[in-house]
Amino acid sequence: MDKPVNNRAWWLVAPVFAIVAFSAIIPIMTVVNYSVQDTFGNNQFFWNGLGWFQELLDPSTELGGRFFAALWRNLLFSAIILAIEVPLGILVALSMPREGWRVAATLVTMALPLLIPWNVVGTIWQVFARADIGLLGYGLNALGINYNYTGDVFSAWVTIVVMDVWHWTSLVALLCYAGLKSIPDAYYQAARIDGASRWAVFTTIQLPKMKRVLLIAVLLRFMDSFMIYTEPFVLTGGGPGNATTFLSIDLVKLALGQFDLGKAAAMSLVYNLIVLALCWVFYTVMTHAGSERPDQGSAA
Amino acid sequence: MTLELQNVRREVHGAVHIDDVSLKLERGSLNVLLGATLAGKTTLMRLMAGLDAPTSGRVIANGQDVTGLSVKKRSVAMVYQQFINYPALTVYENIASPLRVQGLPKAEIESRVTSAARLLKLEPYLQRTPLALSGGQQQRTAIARALVKRADLVLLDEPLANLDYKLREELREELPRIFASTGAVFVYATTEPTEALLLGGSTATLMQGAVTQFGPTAEVYRRPADLATARVFSDPPLNTLRVTKAGGTVRLANGATVAAIGAFAGVPDGSYTVGVRAHHLAVEDRTYGEPRDGGLIRLAASIAVTEVTGSESFLHMDVVGEAGGRERLTALVPGVRRLEPEAAVEVVIDPRHILLFDASGRSTGTALDAAA
Amino acid sequence: MASITLDHLAHAYRPDPQGPQDYALKEINHVWRQGGAYALLGPSGCGKTTLLNIISGLVTPTQGRILFDGRDVTNLPTEARNIAQVFQFPVVYDTMTVRENLAFPLKNRHLPRETIAKRVEEIAARLDMSAALDRKASNLTADAKQKISLGRGLVRADVAAILFDEPLTVIDPHLKWQLRSTLKELHRALDLTMIYVTHDQTEALTFADTVVVMHDGAVVQTGSPEELFERPAHTFVGHFIGSPGMNVLPARVEGTTAHIGDVAVPLARAYPALPAGAKIELGVRPEFATLARAGTGLPVSVKRIDDIGRARIARIEIAGHPAAAMVPEGLSLDGDRAGLNLETRQIHIYAGGVLVPGEGGVG
Repeated sequence: MDKPVNNRAWWLVAPVFAIVAFSAIIPIMTVVNYSVQDTFGNNQFFWNGLGWFQELLDPSTELGGRFFAALWRNLLFSAIILAIEVPLGILVALSMPREGWRVAATLVTMALPLLIPWNVVGTIWQVFARADIGLLGYGLNALGINYNYTGDVFSAWVTIVVMDVWHWTSLVALLCYAGLKSIPDAYYQAARIDGASRWAVFTTIQLPKMKRVLLIAVLLRFMDSFMIYTEPFVLTGGGPGNATTFLSIDLVKLALGQFDLGKAAAMSLVYNLIVLALCWVFYTVMTHAGSERPDQGSAA
Repeated sequence: MTLELQNVRREVHGAVHIDDVSLKLERGSLNVLLGATLAGKTTLMRLMAGLDAPTSGRVIANGQDVTGLSVKKRSVAMVYQQFINYPALTVYENIASPLRVQGLPKAEIESRVTSAARLLKLEPYLQRTPLALSGGQQQRTAIARALVKRADLVLLDEPLANLDYKLREELREELPRIFASTGAVFVYATTEPTEALLLGGSTATLMQGAVTQFGPTAEVYRRPADLATARVFSDPPLNTLRVTKAGGTVRLANGATVAAIGAFAGVPDGSYTVGVRAHHLAVEDRTYGEPRDGGLIRLAASIAVTEVTGSESFLHMDVVGEAGGRERLTALVPGVRRLEPEAAVEVVIDPRHILLFDASGRSTGTALDAAA
Repeated sequence: MASITLDHLAHAYRPDPQGPQDYALKEINHVWRQGGAYALLGPSGCGKTTLLNIISGLVTPTQGRILFDGRDVTNLPTEARNIAQVFQFPVVYDTMTVRENLAFPLKNRHLPRETIAKRVEEIAARLDMSAALDRKASNLTADAKQKISLGRGLVRADVAAILFDEPLTVIDPHLKWQLRSTLKELHRALDLTMIYVTHDQTEALTFADTVVVMHDGAVVQTGSPEELFERPAHTFVGHFIGSPGMNVLPARVEGTTAHIGDVAVPLARAYPALPAGAKIELGVRPEFATLARAGTGLPVSVKRIDDIGRARIARIEIAGHPAAAMVPEGLSLDGDRAGLNLETRQIHIYAGGVLVPGEGGVG
């Protein structure tokens, strides 16, 4: 519903514009500026045109190689955690109690991992998974499983994935739970009368009614996992080797480690554009899914 | 206050929701908006309240243009179909809440709440919370809260729709008296023609976003200006027949002719639509074959469904319509008449008790007698 | 197809009911015959929904048994009961087309594909929905959705009874008429037992052959619409059925005369056995009370006249007690004084709210 037009409202938005200008537009323009120049330190800059971009998007170069490697790592990571967290979240939501005191208890327990700061999550798991003193790492090795996240690529990936699942599945579950709660009892009764199996109830009632919250959950989890930084940085620092060096970690290495400001600026711009493009795709899908309205014509 | 809508139109994404509505609502009046779901009743109310702005046209309150003025700056109260109260507050605090917002002195609040509670028979429940009350009492609380503000404009959007039949009857009987005791403009949306008749006041009939007629309720009911209005304002649905008048005779869809009396007498030749309300259809238990003239329209019909309420019976019948198709007619006849489906009967229509509309749907000026 | 027997059925939501006040449904014994159309009518909280839930299997009664065709189903779950239900708010499977919705109960029961297709076409034709079969169910209007919910019950050949829980609540008035007629026609054509729960007397009376009026968890009267209208067994039934309801006036009965205040009303029967100490009331429906010129019939004062379109109803007072009466065509009144004529045979006497059969007289 649109509201009555009142032009004075623009003045109220003005401070936000000012803040956005300082916090986003000016920094971005600085980055754009860096991305078309090269620097050898001493605050000396040389014009490089679109050179960094050409190099970045060409996988045969050193820069392009590491960029695409990191990008694939990111996509793989997002795909894995979505494939685990979404079904798991739905499953958890389905098995949550629907009434009584247990509802509150469950909700609080589920919310706990969400309340922990990200770097603390990284630290917790770093200690938890250490092969020498961590409960998990020590336990696994004691069972004869060769586990070492600092040396073994597979171990590192498993640890990061499990950490993310532990941290974020409850968000998906809580969103799905809200969607499930909004389904009127009559639907379940009708399904019982129609002789629907548990699976049919899930696919014909619960899943369609959860569609909107699920889209939000997928969007949130995808964007978040695509921009993941803190936890793997704390846990593995991007290693072993470059096995868990995601785009964000690589950016930091490039900009602050090697002080290649031009390359890093170009990479961050492309990274940004990818995020924006994916956002747009999700937004379109979501608004399309929400735009189904009943038509006025009666079928009778 | 008075509220006037001038050529108000509202479009949302190119779809016309309100189509060129002009209405003038007088001070202290009760105005019913009658129309089916999606006819535009709620949209029109939102425009009146200032919750939405019209795409074009003007809203005038007390002679001042308030188009586009926010609802907060207007003196408006609203009652919804759902019972909307603060669940944690007592009935007293619920009713008092708009006055507390206004910052009125305690004594003033006390006296206003007490008088509103008395008017709505809520005095015994003032210290309870709304959820401990029946649906009827919850809605009474919501109405009391709307009245206590002494707003200039009170909008009620199907306020009785969620109540039990008997509670609805009770509250509906009291509402005109409650409304009469204030000077506000009341606007009351309903889908039910009977409700409009019982409330009285003025009625605007709505169809597809347009007001088809606005006037005193009984007048709109008895002299609908067009076919659309007559349809909106008939429950059971209006029975219609297509006829053609030529000279002194009227030809029916089934080919039979009758003498042009009653509503047919003064109109020029041409094709017309006859509208007959259910209680004006007489049904005879047998057919007579050849129509006997005298001006009464007699149609052979076959019973589809009989519904008996104990004091009256609704007879749903099929007659031969245009091009040999079947048309459904509904008659409301006194007493218990259980006719078996497929039974052959004869429907009798007296052209003195019909509404007649020309080819474009305009009324030819026919009117029905009071309570006939 | 089934008859439904309610055998000493009662239900309390509390685990340890102490007295009758704890029962949401007080003991009820009834046999509903196969193919009948029944309505459970009463205000909110009268126990009608509890009874419906017991029949559908959502609630297990505290006491008593429920039998379908003599078979005890008291402890059977909903899905094993061969019932179908139409709810207050339309339930359709949003992602499916109308056809898939109608086929759903049969698919769940693993019927052969050809049987399902044939059955769906048949029912769609009956519901006048053949043209909409391939449309998305979620895009339809409320009345079409209600027809789909009904259709999902009708496609099953094994359905013993169809339960309706206030199915017309969200339907516009002019469509209510159509949907009601459709229901009636289906009931006749398919010979199904139908049970319809509502608070709306018009819906109950027009739908059912037998109406069960409930009040405070108990059945107060079971009868045809005519019986409920002409001989309400309880003043509650008189009040609840009819619009406006029956006039119930405190009275004193002597021989074949009732006294309302200082107004004497002649009766058709005598009531020698009225219980002492009970509250005696006279009941007469507005339809059997006609207003007349002042000086004829009983003296009354007129408060207001309501015009409901096809009739005029006068709000009057008899000896200070409010009542309603019909205003005949052509009657003009001057002032608020008028006369009242009652149809003597339609006057009933109630003791403590319960109908007292008179003695002698006619009828």
